[in-house]
Amino acid sequence: MSTTFRGMDVVSIRDFSTEQIEHVLKIAEKMVPAAKGEERSVLLEGHVLGSLFYEPSTRTRLSFDAAMTRLGGRVLGFDQPSGASVAKGETLADTIRMVDAYCDVIVLRHPHEGAARMAAHFASRPVVNAGDGAGQHPTQTMLDLFTIRKEKKKLEGNHVALVGDLKYGRTVHSLSEALAMFGAQLTFVAPPSLQIPKEHLKQIESMGQKPKMSSSLEDVIKDIDVLYVTRIQKERFPDPAEYKKVAGMYRIDLPLLKDARKDMIIMHPLPRVGEIDPEVDGTPHAKYFEQAFNGVPVRMALLSLILGASR
Amino acid sequence: MKEFKVTPIRNGTVIDHITVGMALKVLKIVGVKEDTNSTVSVLIHVPSKKAGWKDIVKIEDRELDPKELDKIALISPNATINIIRDYNVAEKFVVEVPNVIRGIMRCSNPGCITNQNEPVETEFVVESKKPITLRCVYCDRTTTQVAENVQ
Repeated sequence: MSTTFRGMDVVSIRDFSTEQIEHVLKIAEKMVPAAKGEERSVLLEGHVLGSLFYEPSTRTRLSFDAAMTRLGGRVLGFDQPSGASVAKGETLADTIRMVDAYCDVIVLRHPHEGAARMAAHFASRPVVNAGDGAGQHPTQTMLDLFTIRKEKKKLEGNHVALVGDLKYGRTVHSLSEALAMFGAQLTFVAPPSLQIPKEHLKQIESMGQKPKMSSSLEDVIKDIDVLYVTRIQKERFPDPAEYKKVAGMYRIDLPLLKDARKDMIIMHPLPRVGEIDPEVDGTPHAKYFEQAFNGVPVRMALLSLILGASR
Repeated sequence: MKEFKVTPIRNGTVIDHITVGMALKVLKIVGVKEDTNSTVSVLIHVPSKKAGWKDIVKIEDRELDPKELDKIALISPNATINIIRDYNVAEKFVVEVPNVIRGIMRCSNPGCITNQNEPVETEFVVESKKPITLRCVYCDRTTTQVAENVQ
């Protein structure tokens, strides 16, 4: 298995087979004690990660930093392009070629779709996509899968409802495709204006799945194992009143959850802006903070695999 | 008596069965400008047995290169190319849409990295040839709006 991962770019979840994803999740499981600081690891001692964040990010950047540091490696880079040569007009291609000479693996967050694929083209070191505009965010998908598998003990057969901005939300597109690959049952809950795009629906149907569509969370809450909530982005709405109407439609609170299965879990890629009432945080359903932590072992697993330190 | 609207050419290329309405785009692709030295004939909205209507472009003293043929295939997949040498049809073939398109089209996604002045050639995978559907290798966006994006 190591030969298939060593030097591999992580650009899109579509680049991975289900067997490869399973393997990453298995290694991630083993990384949990080191991710929590309960064990010390020197697996990536002497390795350097180049962390290029052209857009603000809290969780993704910090969890990559934590992952590399927990494995004994070092991180260099920037978290805003203003101070870098980018501000002087350097192309991404040139920045990548330079950083490629300074480190062993490159992690890139960029506002333009396809940036990571292009970076992988110019870099000789492996490139990990940490989000490219409205495009892919494969490590988020992997940590979401890890969370579902950890909490539900399996990926296949779970009934997962995805709710919120299903049209523009990048996490939802790659997660739903990956869940379909693993045989999960999907229900998309959104107002018609924010429903899942047809091309994604087609892609999921081509995997033999028949997802359901609904605009009512109340109708589906009783029947689901996982509720994946996403933020409805204000900037997508020209009319603030329309935004308020839509945003308020899917507020997750205690009254809504009274009909839910006891072991139903709630996930959210965070940050949340009122989609989930803080009262819910204390219930056994809430798994979004565990989900955010899971970014660390999953990224540790990926980094150690592509740098050839894990098999 | 059969009426010829345009006379036969001695040497050059006749692009026949162009999708009706695409002749001017074909001229752009083959780079015919005001200062051209060749005689170029353009027939727009000509009756066609196969398609009902078609366009035709005849360019004298000029043969097309593979990139130009790929571009024509993208905007007019049924076009036929007749290479004329000394009044005879020396070669005749239907253009063919390649499986991978490199550099001859821009991505329809303004947010795609290939539209940001980076030193990178566009690349598309042809997902379907009828209708032509292309997927950008970089941003993953699929498009059927090909004619607007051929460069």
